[in-house]
Amino acid sequence: MAKPPVSIPELVAEFGPTLNRAPVTGWSTAVEPDHIVKTHCCFCGQQCGIQLKVHENKVIGFEPWEDFPFNQGRLCPKGVKRYMQDEHPDRLKAPLMRDEGKGFVRTSWNEALDRVASEILRIQQSYGNDAFALVGGASLTNEKAYLMGKFARVAVKTANIDYNGRLCMVSAGAAAKKIFGIDRAANPWSDILHAKAILVAGANVAECAPITTYYLWQARENGAKLIVMDPRLTPIARNADLYIPVRSGGDIGVFNGMLHVMIERGWINREFISQHTTGWEQVEEIVKKYTPEYASKIAGVPASMIVRAAEIWGPAPTSFLMHARGIEHHSKGVQNCMAVINLVVASGRIGREGCGYAMITGQGNGQGGREQGQKCDQLPGARDIENPDHRKYIASIWDVPEASIPRKGLSFVPILEAIHEGKIKGLLVISCNPMVSLPNSQYIREALEKLEFFCQIDFFLSETARYADVVLAGSLMEEDEGTTTNVEGRVIHHQKAVDPPEDARVDWQIICDIARRLGAGDKFNYKSSHDIFQELRLASKGGIADYYGISWERIDREQGVFWPCPSPEHPGTPRLYEGGNFAHPDGKAHFQPVEWKPAAEETDAEYPIILTTGRVVSQYLSGTQTRRIGALVDQYPQPLCEIHPLLAAKLGIADGDFVTVESRRGSVTVRASVVKTIRPDTVFVPYHWPLERAANNMTVRAIDPISNIPEYKICAVRVTKVAPPEDAIAHLEMQAGGVR
Amino acid sequence: MSFANGMEFFIDHSRCIGCEACVQACEECDTHRGISMIHLETIMRADSVQTAPQVCMHCEDPICAQVCPADAIKKTEEGVVLSSLKPRCIGCSNCVLACPFGVPKYRAEINQMMKCDMCYDRTSIGKRPMCATVCPSGALTFTTREQIERTRQGSAIREWMFGGEVVKTKVNVLVPRSVQRLDVTVERPGETRTDEYDVANLLKGD
Repeated sequence: MAKPPVSIPELVAEFGPTLNRAPVTGWSTAVEPDHIVKTHCCFCGQQCGIQLKVHENKVIGFEPWEDFPFNQGRLCPKGVKRYMQDEHPDRLKAPLMRDEGKGFVRTSWNEALDRVASEILRIQQSYGNDAFALVGGASLTNEKAYLMGKFARVAVKTANIDYNGRLCMVSAGAAAKKIFGIDRAANPWSDILHAKAILVAGANVAECAPITTYYLWQARENGAKLIVMDPRLTPIARNADLYIPVRSGGDIGVFNGMLHVMIERGWINREFISQHTTGWEQVEEIVKKYTPEYASKIAGVPASMIVRAAEIWGPAPTSFLMHARGIEHHSKGVQNCMAVINLVVASGRIGREGCGYAMITGQGNGQGGREQGQKCDQLPGARDIENPDHRKYIASIWDVPEASIPRKGLSFVPILEAIHEGKIKGLLVISCNPMVSLPNSQYIREALEKLEFFCQIDFFLSETARYADVVLAGSLMEEDEGTTTNVEGRVIHHQKAVDPPEDARVDWQIICDIARRLGAGDKFNYKSSHDIFQELRLASKGGIADYYGISWERIDREQGVFWPCPSPEHPGTPRLYEGGNFAHPDGKAHFQPVEWKPAAEETDAEYPIILTTGRVVSQYLSGTQTRRIGALVDQYPQPLCEIHPLLAAKLGIADGDFVTVESRRGSVTVRASVVKTIRPDTVFVPYHWPLERAANNMTVRAIDPISNIPEYKICAVRVTKVAPPEDAIAHLEMQAGGVR
Repeated sequence: MSFANGMEFFIDHSRCIGCEACVQACEECDTHRGISMIHLETIMRADSVQTAPQVCMHCEDPICAQVCPADAIKKTEEGVVLSSLKPRCIGCSNCVLACPFGVPKYRAEINQMMKCDMCYDRTSIGKRPMCATVCPSGALTFTTREQIERTRQGSAIREWMFGGEVVKTKVNVLVPRSVQRLDVTVERPGETRTDEYDVANLLKGD
């Protein structure tokens, strides 16, 4: 039974989201902190250094940490107010059991854990081991991500484990691996300051990676020319030297068109290409037809913009490429990334100061979370689960027979599809809220309702946890110690500030407790998260993401250590590919020819408008944490539909009107924000909200064939002016899915 | 009239990304915890994403203090103009009306004017103000003039012209090098060019 035990408004009344508006000790400054903890923000991949003020085992405030080199005290509003998630009235403080018609009732850990273990065993005995699936998250520390991968393969013995980084970094990762052999930003952020040309493709840096804005502006002070590609004129586009309002899905037009012009004008580093790369001929052949005029039709922008972009990028002495979800969230996401990385390789500007590229990792541990083995195709150290040598090495670390390690399993969206089709019957989710974050929400809801058993480990009752049979009260980042790996590949140390409240437990202990009940206790006999890190180091040794030389002491002393770091004496590797040495066995970068193709769902007469989705600066991902912080909710309380005045006028829509945005799969009713800063053929709705306000009601369940990332950035919709909605969900508070 | 460490406040409006980290951090400052003193203005959102943070500019000859009938607004030896003194403030709001930057706010719940005091509890002991410490874009910066001249293309000025009146401020703004003084004129509706950031126009090409 995986349906909410009582109505959604009843669950909201008991578990929120409600808003925390003041520190636990009030705004008075009478209470002094008894100590201050130097740690990191729990939210995005920037992982800014921050200090938490602690008084009697409670977080009561924050103080900037100006000595941490990456952000030097800088924070976005989420970082400033993150401490308001502590001591929150909605916080889960004990395990809960679903009780039909009554809600969720408090239970003991023994009862809850016994139930979880017995349901895993029952389902696996009835339907096979792979009928129970696990989903992890990229907000987990490296230690927890490692533990989830091992837990799946050694304790649950299922092939089907994946994680929500599947919705974030996989297109970038796959493209980087194909071309360079490593899935990591190639340069530290300090290199941005030395670049004379910067291309930001599909990244709303100001709202999704705010600290990076400082690096971009400082590079411009140093003389850099900035090119920004985005269907919306975002705050960084306002100051760009060239802003290209590309049609969503048309990016390859710009990239291949730029390369065409660069070849024509002789802005190609042929010496670098012959010495350090393979596959150039095929790329040169394919971009022949991408004249600026041809490319402009694909990109939906004037040909002159593509020429201008080539004129900035082509002859620059140094350059830096940054890309993010705008080009990655497509059914051709990997192709998009490869096409733009080709521009870097063709210029030969990589592997030295001021020259390189980075994917802007979105989630807190988006980088580390994808290296430790919680991906369906991966073992620790970013190893390949189908590679016999890799399997053998990890089997030796885990002390299990190699044959007992399952093969490659299903990725995140196919796991939900297998549930919908009745092939997977049980699910355990941690650090993930698919009811808000996966595309085509109605389908996801149907899938969850078909589960025979569903367990969620969470600190708040998320929209997804409402469907659980058992909810295990886990830990916030500041309630446990561990490491994450930031956007640059810098491994950093999260300190424990406080204990989990009441009967909540740290996540890794919960997972080990379940493993013990599944008979694998001897493999999960950790005394601390540091024990897990020590094993992770060993498991990553010799792998691509080699953490062997990193210790928690070194991280503290050196303010982070960049992987690969193969030995304790090794300084770490802030910049990859120095001297044109790439990570493929032949030492070369492998160009990938890319041809444009349409999106899974393009517009037509019935659904004539492009919908693109994204984020706002005051909310983080599915909002489980940030929709509970009053100051952040006030800043942008409900999703708005951004629409250009030309399109709005055609549809009879004025600023502030209620509109229904509707695709073939579902709709939202929200207020219109009529702005000139968006393409007239496109509307935008941010995705942080649930239920009738979920942008993912409309998005299409199409995935990239290589990376399996969903196509969040383009689907076809129609928009109509409507009366204010009056249903029960509409009357909820805005952070719960209501509308005003 | 400056801090011992030579630090000054600089605003670069062109850098602002409207994230409100300054607004959120301001209310974490110990002298006025729970109340934010900085304003983040969104300028014509329909036309542009331009935003502008407004701290107290700390005038050399503060107009708010000049018009105060109760002599409640004082300046420190470093040139920081403080919130009104509670025992003196009569809540008349003369300062609110007179300030050319729209900074002081009358707070009815305490019958007192409060305003940005450049985090005097922090700046007076060598620390940076909360907003200028957290600002992720460098739109708000607290540093030395030498450092600004070395790292920014614009020039830092602190002289304004409001109608016929010259106002000198402690806080600097970064402007193109050709600008010596900021001439503030009131624009009538329709005079402002608003199509610069219209994506539909950009798509027409040259």
